[in-house]
Amino acid sequence: MSTHTFPKSQSPDRGGPAQPLLLVRDLKKYFPVRSSLFERGKKFVHAVDGISFSIAKGKTLGIVGESGCGKSTTARLIAKLMAPDSGSMIFDGEGVGEFGGLELKAFRRSLQMVFQDSFASLNPRLTILETIAYGPQAHGLSRVKANLRARQLLSRVGLEPDQFGSRYPHELSGGQRQRINIARALAFEPRLVILDEAVAALDKSVQAQVLNLLQELKAEHQLTYLFISHDLQVVHYICDEVMVMYLGQVVEIGPVEQVYAAAAHPYTKALLSAVPSMDPAHRTEHPPLVGDPPNPINPPAGCRFRERCPHAEAVCSVRSPILASYKSASPLENHLVACHMNDNSSGHSAAVAENAA
Amino acid sequence: MSIVQKTQPLVSVRELTVAFHGSRKASALNQVSFDLYPGEVLGLLGESGSGKSVTLRTLLKLHPKRTTRITGQITVDGQDVLALQGRALEQYRGGVASMVFQEPGLAFDPVYTVGQQITEAIRAHETISGTSARAQALQMLERVQIPQAKRRYDAYPHELSGGMRQRAMIALALACKPKLLLADEPTTALDATVQIQILLLLRELQRETGMAVIFVTHDIGAAVELSDRIAVMYAGRIVEENPVAAMLQAPRHPYSAGLLASSVSSHNRGKPLSAIPGSPPNLAALPAGCSFAPRCAAASAHCHTKTPPVVDIEGSRLACWHPLLSPALAA
Repeated sequence: MSTHTFPKSQSPDRGGPAQPLLLVRDLKKYFPVRSSLFERGKKFVHAVDGISFSIAKGKTLGIVGESGCGKSTTARLIAKLMAPDSGSMIFDGEGVGEFGGLELKAFRRSLQMVFQDSFASLNPRLTILETIAYGPQAHGLSRVKANLRARQLLSRVGLEPDQFGSRYPHELSGGQRQRINIARALAFEPRLVILDEAVAALDKSVQAQVLNLLQELKAEHQLTYLFISHDLQVVHYICDEVMVMYLGQVVEIGPVEQVYAAAAHPYTKALLSAVPSMDPAHRTEHPPLVGDPPNPINPPAGCRFRERCPHAEAVCSVRSPILASYKSASPLENHLVACHMNDNSSGHSAAVAENAA
Repeated sequence: MSIVQKTQPLVSVRELTVAFHGSRKASALNQVSFDLYPGEVLGLLGESGSGKSVTLRTLLKLHPKRTTRITGQITVDGQDVLALQGRALEQYRGGVASMVFQEPGLAFDPVYTVGQQITEAIRAHETISGTSARAQALQMLERVQIPQAKRRYDAYPHELSGGMRQRAMIALALACKPKLLLADEPTTALDATVQIQILLLLRELQRETGMAVIFVTHDIGAAVELSDRIAVMYAGRIVEENPVAAMLQAPRHPYSAGLLASSVSSHNRGKPLSAIPGSPPNLAALPAGCSFAPRCAAASAHCHTKTPPVVDIEGSRLACWHPLLSPALAA
C-alpha cells in the first residue's frame, strides 16, 4: 500500500518514540440546555469538564464509563467533529489547528474514526468500493490509485473485492459493514484510529473476529487506538491503558493490568465488580452501586461521585479531588487517581489513616 | 438454588416450527422442544437471528396470524396456547405468562403515567376497585425497589431513567402474579452498573414468587447470573441444553464451545481470540443438514446432508453428529 502515498506525504514520525502521539490538555465542552422562560440562570450539560491525557505511540487507550459520562463527546472533540469550549491538543509534537502547527486537513488524515452504528455511518448510495476510495480521492489521490487501494484494503479486512466491491451497505451483515468502516478509516493511512463502541453492536462470535482483525491491523500499520467502550471485558482484553470517566471528568487512569488488579478509585472498583461473575457457584449477591448515573446538568460541587460513594465525607462535598499519582505499596508513575482518599492533605479520614500507618 | 423437579412441567414446547411468509420469508424456528418446571430459570442464549425472541413471542402468541405459519404444540400451565382465542388469550397474557421487553421506553405507552398503566393491567385481570388496584400498583413499584414510589406512580415513562423504566416494566409484568416470566434481553440496553442491579432484582423476585423464568440474552455472563439451565440456540434450533455449570465447564456442541471461547476475559489478554469463522446463516435459505456445518471445524460430509436430531444424554440435550468429548469421558 505504501506504493501509493498521498501527494503531500506526511512524515511518519516527527516527535520520536518518546513523544506521545496525542496530548490532550484541559479539554472542556458544555452544552447549553434550553430552559423555560421563567427559569433563572442558564443550565449546562457538563459533557467534558477539563480532561487531560496522553496516548503513547503504538498503544491502545481505553475510555470506560457509564452512559452520559462524556466518552463519546471526548472522541468527537478529539476528532474535531465539534469545537471544544477550551483546551488544546498536541499531535506528535505539533499543536492542532494552531498557528504554525498542524493543519486541520493533515490532522484529519492522520486521525480516523469508526462509529458504533455501522449502517448509519455508511453512505447508502455509494457502493463499498466507492465508499472506501472516496476519502483518499478527496485528499488528492488519483481515482485509479484510490480504487486500487480500496481493493487492497477490502481483501485485507477479509472481503473479496470482486464479490463485495460493487455491493451497497444494506446488502451486508453488521460484521461485514463494520469491516468496511475499518477499511475506510485505514484508507487515509492514519496514525490514530478512534474506535467509538466499534464492536458493541456485534454478536459475540463476530465481535471476536473484528477484535482479532483490529489487533492484526494495529501491528501491520503501526496504529495507535483510542478505544471507547462500555464493555469492561473487551477493554481489559484489547487496551494497554485505561481511563475511567465519571460525569465528564477523569477519575482514574493507568495501565490496564494495574487498574483492573488494584483499582484505586471507589467508582472504578464498583464498575469492575459490576461485571457478571461467570461462575454459577459464586454469583454476585449485592449490586456494587445503587441508583442510576446522575444527571450531568449542573453537577454538584466537590467530588461528583460523592452521592453514590460509600466513603464520602464532608471534605468530598467541599473540594474537588485532583488527579494525582496513586500512592500504593508499589507506586506507578502513570497510575493517576482523583480521590480525596489518595490525598494526605485532604482531611479525609481514610487518607489520614493511610498516612499514619 | 434447588430445582424442584415436579412431575408436571409448567411449560412444554414440542416440535415448534415458526415460519414467516410476509414480504420477507424466514424459517425462524425449526422443531424446537423444551420443558420448563415451576420455579426454574431457563437461559436462552444465542446470537441475533437465532430465534430466541421468536420463541418468547410465540409463547405469548404475539405474531401476526396472517404472515406466520406455526406448527407444533405449546402447553403452558395445562393450556394449549396456540388454540387460545379472545378472552381466554387476554387472561393468559399477563395472568399466566408475562413479558419484559428489551426497550422499556418503547414498551410503555407514552401518554399514560407508569402507575396508570400498571393499575389498568391489574383491573383488566381482576374485578377490583380502583383504589385497591392503585394500592396494589404502588406496592408493585415498591417491590421492584423504585425509590419514592409514590412520586414515580404519577411519572410518565419519559421522565424515568433507563434503569428505572426497566424496573417499572418488571412491576407491570409481575402485577398480575404470572406463573411464567418471559424476559427478552431485559438488561442489554443498560449500563453495566444498572444491569447487575436489574439481574439481582429479577433473581430476588424469582425466589420470592417461585415463578418460572425464560431469560433470553446474548450475554453469557448475564445468563450465568440468573439461569439454572442454559439452552444455546443457533439458526432457529436448540443445539445444546445443559445445567449452567456443565455448560460452562464442558460444552459439547462446537458452537457453544466456540461461543464460550470467543468471549473475551482476562485469561486471553494479548492473545488472538479463537473466533468462530463466518457468520450466521440466512434464515430464508438455511443450508441442508446441520445449519452450523459451514462454520464448523469438525464438520464431515454427513453433517452437510443430514440434520442431527436432539438426543438426551444424562440430563443434557445435544444436537450434533460430532460432539466434543466431555472431560469426564476423555479422561
